[in-house]
Amino acid sequence: MTDLASYNFAYLDEQTKRMIRRAILKAIAIPGYQVPFASREMPMPYGWGTGGVQVTASIIGPDDILKVIDQGADDTTNAVSIRAFFEKVANVAVTTHTKEATIIQTRHRIPEQKLGEGQVLVYQVPIPEPLRFLEPRETETRKMHALEEYGLMHVKLYEDIARNGRISTTYAYPVKVAGRYVMDPSPTPKFDNPKMHMSDALQLFGAGREKRIYAVPPYTDVVSLDFEDHPFEIQKFEQPCALCGARGVYLDEVVLDDKGGRMFVCSDTDHCEERREEGHTGEMPSQEAAE
Amino acid sequence: MATPLVVSEVFKSFTMHLRDGIRLPVVNNANFSVASGECVVLGGPSGIGKSSILKMLYGNYAVDAGQILVDHRDRIVDIATADPRAILDVRRHTMGYVSQFLRTVPRVPALDVVAEPLVARGVEAAEAKDKASELLARLNLPRELWGLPPATFSGGEQQRVNIARGFITTHQILLLDEPTASLDAVNRRVVVEMIRQKKEAGVALLGIFHDEEVREAVADRILDVAQFSPRKVAA
Amino acid sequence: MTDTPLLKVNSVSKFYGQRIGCKDVSFDLWPGEVLAIVGESGSGKTTLLNCISTRLMPTAGSVEYRMRDGNFRDLYHMGEAERRFLMRTDWGFVHQNPADGLRMTVSAGANVGERLMAVGDRHYGKIRDTASDWLTRVEIGTDRIDDQPRAFSGGMRQRLQIARNLVTNPRLVFMDEPTGGLDVSVQARLLDLVRGLVNDLGLAAIIVTHDLAVARLLSHRMMVMKDGFVIEHGLTDRVLDDPREPYTQLLVSSILQV
Repeated sequence: MTDLASYNFAYLDEQTKRMIRRAILKAIAIPGYQVPFASREMPMPYGWGTGGVQVTASIIGPDDILKVIDQGADDTTNAVSIRAFFEKVANVAVTTHTKEATIIQTRHRIPEQKLGEGQVLVYQVPIPEPLRFLEPRETETRKMHALEEYGLMHVKLYEDIARNGRISTTYAYPVKVAGRYVMDPSPTPKFDNPKMHMSDALQLFGAGREKRIYAVPPYTDVVSLDFEDHPFEIQKFEQPCALCGARGVYLDEVVLDDKGGRMFVCSDTDHCEERREEGHTGEMPSQEAAE
Repeated sequence: MATPLVVSEVFKSFTMHLRDGIRLPVVNNANFSVASGECVVLGGPSGIGKSSILKMLYGNYAVDAGQILVDHRDRIVDIATADPRAILDVRRHTMGYVSQFLRTVPRVPALDVVAEPLVARGVEAAEAKDKASELLARLNLPRELWGLPPATFSGGEQQRVNIARGFITTHQILLLDEPTASLDAVNRRVVVEMIRQKKEAGVALLGIFHDEEVREAVADRILDVAQFSPRKVAA
Repeated sequence: MTDTPLLKVNSVSKFYGQRIGCKDVSFDLWPGEVLAIVGESGSGKTTLLNCISTRLMPTAGSVEYRMRDGNFRDLYHMGEAERRFLMRTDWGFVHQNPADGLRMTVSAGANVGERLMAVGDRHYGKIRDTASDWLTRVEIGTDRIDDQPRAFSGGMRQRLQIARNLVTNPRLVFMDEPTGGLDVSVQARLLDLVRGLVNDLGLAAIIVTHDLAVARLLSHRMMVMKDGFVIEHGLTDRVLDDPREPYTQLLVSSILQV
């Protein structure tokens, strides 16, 4: 540890943190609006959550308890290394329990456990611009946001229905925030979209490569875009979690063998473990889950 | 008797800029009028300016000086100075023109070409087509041609489409530029009869007819255009 | 015959440094009227079109447009939001190259439906019905509704662009050489289509073209431009049959006769 003493708390220097905090404050003041910021080089490659890490580094204090998840799991490479990073450079307490955490940095999921007041959810965002795939010009997309010209967003959904008979966008499903800005909720499954609406927690989004920060303050309207005759729906799973028996949660498919055997388990590992500790079991009360 | 068309002291010349700007006077001081129910025929040798006069009256040629007064919807419009919108309105409601040649529009069937002036005046499409069918039948245009664009028709067939188009409206003034030139005797007689009916309906007609028989049959008087010709002055 | 113009263009000039784009152009356009602007390349006709349609800011002059509420507004003093709204509702702009006016990577149906969605239509079924109705009107088979314009011929693309523009029932359409890159037979079909739509819908249109046949077929009135100036202006058949200016005479006499 001693050899790291030369690093400032939470890796970033104070001027950088101040700059990022200003961007965060602006983002909170204008819900859903993408605030440009001077993204720094981080000791990890782009695509590994440099945006989220910079946001976390700017808001974290010595008393915070950090949880990091990747696709709902606390134990994947990305989550483990970011958690280790903050343990080293900020010497903060870490946890895998959603309830205990004050800051949760996430890649592509929102925990199943309802977040409470005082908690902050930090999203890692690869491409913050929801209009990007239809309108490649940044000058034009910014103008479209400024003038609230969002017809194009529905063009995308129209194309979905025309091709697949229904809105087939299942992740990064566009939302309108506080009745004004259309926002990309990062590649979370649309299953999680309703959790963003009127959340008790503060939600911050950081895109390192694209140099954008945006936010959804607590208790803000977040509405998923849709058509009258093709209303927004979340994914439904026919069976409960094979390990903990939970229903109404987001499940991952796990292939068991090469004969087509598979099972569906909670994507949120903390949620699943907690339920099993409470004595819930699924159809595969497994030993392999305990590894 | 009403006089819906008065031509007063009209002059016309062409300046040929591509030929060192030479000026060709074609009409000098034309003065005449046409009354309702009258068919006036412009007479004189070819090249004397008969067609030019018709084209000026229709607004197709500009006028150097003078007035062309048309009784249009209870007011007088001077074609010589009217703006394009006013001229188009006169064409739509008051003054019709049957040219020598049909300017064909790609892909539009003959029946629609004929019905178009009525549709432009707000007549229901079905009613306009009925009227168009009636006229084409009367002019003996084979029924199988009605649905085809006239671009490929023979000269006589095109001319009959053109006549039907000109006669379909109830315009109070009708200008006719050799409408019978490429017609056979039977159809010439049809056209003569149609002109007679227009006269009975009180339409003022002004035309050019090279066919003597037709001219005899329709003309109330013949206006010698040579008197307005600058060449006469020179002679 | 309404007595109020739709558009009033007052002394519009555009300079590119010392060079004249267009100078001192004034005219009124009435509802349902089609105006052709003709001239050779570099005569300033596209500059003028871009100025009037607010795609380009002129150096001097003003353009007033009668809004649907009947009030005239100075286009150059309108906010950008309002101007853009006007451009995608009450106006259309047909580009010479359809790729400039279409989204090449979304389906024909979505291309037509975009304007509807932009003004708040949120019923997929109705949007799609309207789109297929418009495809039929521009003679594109409804079985092509889910195809991308990339798979369309030049003529089809141009017809799709027209449908995309007309779906909100605009009152004024700008066209920049709409038949420019098309084969002659395809041109004829497109011209006839445009002519029919303009008549049926009572559209006012400003069409820039170097092709006098296009002007004759589509327009009521025409302006001839040379070196940035309007040198002759009048009823289309009058200008073509009795051209007064030396340049217009040259232009008319240069038409190839078939």
